[in-house]
Amino acid sequence: MAQGIRILFFRCLSNWRGTKVKLFREALIILGIYLLGELLSKSLNLPIPGNILGMIILFILLCTKVIKVDNISTVTSFLLDHLSFFFIPAGVGLMASIGIIKSTWWQLLVVCISTTVIIIGVTGMIVQAISRSTKKKNI
Amino acid sequence: MSIIFFHVPKYIEVKVKYLEILTNNILFGLVISLAAFEIGIFINRKTRIPILNPLLIAIALVMCFLFAFHIDFDTYNKGGQFINMFLGPSTVVLAVPLYKQLDLLKKNAKAILTGIFVGSVIGILSIIGISYLVGLDSSIIKSLVPKSVTTPIGISISSQLGGLVPITVLSIIVTGIIGAVFGPTICKVFKIKDKVAVGVSIGTAAHAVGTSKALELGEIEGAMSSLSIGIAGIMTVIIAPVAYNSAVFIYHMIK
Repeated sequence: MAQGIRILFFRCLSNWRGTKVKLFREALIILGIYLLGELLSKSLNLPIPGNILGMIILFILLCTKVIKVDNISTVTSFLLDHLSFFFIPAGVGLMASIGIIKSTWWQLLVVCISTTVIIIGVTGMIVQAISRSTKKKNI
Repeated sequence: MSIIFFHVPKYIEVKVKYLEILTNNILFGLVISLAAFEIGIFINRKTRIPILNPLLIAIALVMCFLFAFHIDFDTYNKGGQFINMFLGPSTVVLAVPLYKQLDLLKKNAKAILTGIFVGSVIGILSIIGISYLVGLDSSIIKSLVPKSVTTPIGISISSQLGGLVPITVLSIIVTGIIGAVFGPTICKVFKIKDKVAVGVSIGTAAHAVGTSKALELGEIEGAMSSLSIGIAGIMTVIIAPVAYNSAVFIYHMIK
């Protein structure tokens, strides 16, 4: 079934030859999946946002080998290599909401810092402890 | 301008006029963000101090510039929204590093899931506890509960609990930046050396902003961090209302 879909998929794509359009094809695959995720999220009223659903859909398509990593590699590495840059406008947007937290800004900062430390510490130590114990069992 | 300063030389007025032409262009937001990030990378490379994170420097520089020239956020965001637009597809392609590390994921599935679950539960309880201790009121506590998940999930949890969405968005971004800046240092302090554990912990605590840092640490860390965004987000949707309501219940019991 998955093989069938894949053959159909690539027969369509292989007609669209040339490396110059590779970027557009990659963008089409990624944005298409993203759009599908958004549509599912909105139409089914799911609490999970479209981009996360898109990530799950892409993961399933990669696992079932409908899409290969090579088919989307250029755009993927462009997006992931510059991920932190894309957060600048969101961060600058904080200046618009500075007014509402004027009186409580230091409490908020204390909560944000302390709980981030707690979550990283707890999660990391648990994952490390369990993965070490399973490794020992295997040996 | 000329009202504030009494003797305004002609050339300053001309400058103000040019500034307006400059800021009304959508390219303004793009160019200033790129320039600020470039400076951020330069400073980070020269100093190698974790707190001088390129993202943090860039945000600070852009904010200072906008404040100094009295430019409001909406003007900047005409160009800024085009950068913001890339965040959606970036989240989607986080599936790729995850797929590349599929074997590692299968091998450590139990550890990863348990870690994210316990980490999220303790995280939410500590958010409620610490917020209460520093004297924040209930509407702000509700807004802070989903602060470790990705923004769209956080907004829906916050509005479901009856929190204030702008405070949620703010705390989510601040948490993300803290996680990205201090995450590797915190891992060192807690002696978390396992690459899977580092990735999962940063992703659980600091969503996609933390993941951007985890991707810089290495492929395994990046993959595990991307995985944690989704799993921690979905788990928090279920945990948050239960944890908040039981905390309120316990509070009333004690009182």
